[in-house]
Amino acid sequence: MKGRISIFTLIFFFLGFIFFSNTIFAADESAKTDQSEKFNPGEFIIDHVTDKYEWHIIGPHEGGISIPLPVILYSNEQGLDVFLSSKLKNEEGYHGYKLNHEGHIEAESGTSFYDFSITKAVTAVFITSILILLIFTLVAKTYTRRQGQAPKGFQSLIEPLIIFVRDDIAKQSIGVKHYQRFLPLLLTLFFFIWISNFIGLIPSFPGIMGNISVTFTLATIVLVITLFIGNKHYWQHILWMPGVPAWVKISLLTPIEIIGIIQRPFVLMIRLFANIAAGHIVILAFVCLIFIFGDKSEAGGWGFSPVSMAFELFMNAMELLVAFLQAFVFTLLTAMYIGSCLEEPHHAEENHH
Amino acid sequence: MKLGILLLNPLLSPSYGLIVWTLFAFLIVLFLLKKFAWKPILKSLQEREDSIQSAIDTAKKAREEMASLKSDHEKIVAQAKTDRDTILKEAREIKDKMIAEAKGLASKEGERIISSARESIQNEKMAAITELKNQVATLSIEIAEKILKQELSEKDKQKTVIGNLLQEVKMN
Repeated sequence: MKGRISIFTLIFFFLGFIFFSNTIFAADESAKTDQSEKFNPGEFIIDHVTDKYEWHIIGPHEGGISIPLPVILYSNEQGLDVFLSSKLKNEEGYHGYKLNHEGHIEAESGTSFYDFSITKAVTAVFITSILILLIFTLVAKTYTRRQGQAPKGFQSLIEPLIIFVRDDIAKQSIGVKHYQRFLPLLLTLFFFIWISNFIGLIPSFPGIMGNISVTFTLATIVLVITLFIGNKHYWQHILWMPGVPAWVKISLLTPIEIIGIIQRPFVLMIRLFANIAAGHIVILAFVCLIFIFGDKSEAGGWGFSPVSMAFELFMNAMELLVAFLQAFVFTLLTAMYIGSCLEEPHHAEENHH
Repeated sequence: MKLGILLLNPLLSPSYGLIVWTLFAFLIVLFLLKKFAWKPILKSLQEREDSIQSAIDTAKKAREEMASLKSDHEKIVAQAKTDRDTILKEAREIKDKMIAEAKGLASKEGERIISSARESIQNEKMAAITELKNQVATLSIEIAEKILKQELSEKDKQKTVIGNLLQEVKMN
């Protein structure tokens, strides 16, 4: 038991070391390469938070270690093009495609094309998916193998969370009658968000929930589900609220309710994205502070480093909490939206007197 | 202002490639987990909860059964005790009765024996008395014969005897 803990501690320190050295080194490089200009923290941070065609691990952008990822492009003229992102690095580009200064792919001929590249974020989504599948099929196997026995090992870590999602989120928000139908979705959402948030804290791993495309997808799934499962009572209350004058309904209530349908998943999308992206930006900002001070004097940079490290450590610990909290909030709100769609008109009698 | 737009733009513009891949990955994960993870996990969780509940219920039922068994047992013991008491009582009564009966019979028998003995004694006595009377009669007759023979052997004596006798008779 003691040996296991020390191995975990070692891994933790190793990852932490890579993380710090990685970001600092990258910042240092970008500061040095733009010697003529001042260090631009905004560009540096955005560069680290946005999606890339290659998986940059360590070192400067030119000459550092990075894994090339497949680029998949389709245009009506040229058809399908699949190649590694490393081929975009040379000046003339590849098959008429080039990277512009903002890091986007452009067609030299200026024609439009579809971009389905396996970018860094897509790779992270795949890795997260595979990890989740592995974890939970293994846990499920433990359940079938140890039928009727007390939970053991990794199973006992996962079980309270599953019971938490089942009893405190699904049962509470959806109700005993329907909750079982949505339990797989809610559990998958919860663990998908939570585990990807966790993985996002590993150095050089992108926080995929800090990418608006990913949260957009999840929110859209929630929107589509709420559109399809709504019962008569739910739609009646949205489109033609009973007991309200017709002109109020047409001019006010119905438009507001229809906006509400879109607005609720929109808020889900923004909240998750903003929380995770902001966490990463703040951590990067603390790293940048070293170089902002370093720009003024080298001693200032060195002097501020411990303070910056302390804040970074604190933010990382915060992010562990945020990772869970955002997964919980997203799942809880999804369950509440689903619950409101399935609500039975139990207070119909009260409205009539 | 320009920096602000630069900051926000790449963050807030969704890319459809990533959306499609994420949707694809999430739906596959959802489908596979539903089939291979959530179903067995939720099922065995439910089963375990049910089995724990039923174990608690069974224990409760067993306790109740034991309590009722105990009271039954106590009832049976109490019943047995009263049964034993009545049987003992009856036995004692029977014994007393038997003794009383036996005593009655014995005393009656004794009385009968005694009375019959008394009767036979009486009879014997009577027989003995008659015998004695007969014997005495014969003896007195014989004695009288002898005396008469002796008395009457001499003439003088005969005259006095007869004279006395006659005197006696006259006096009677």
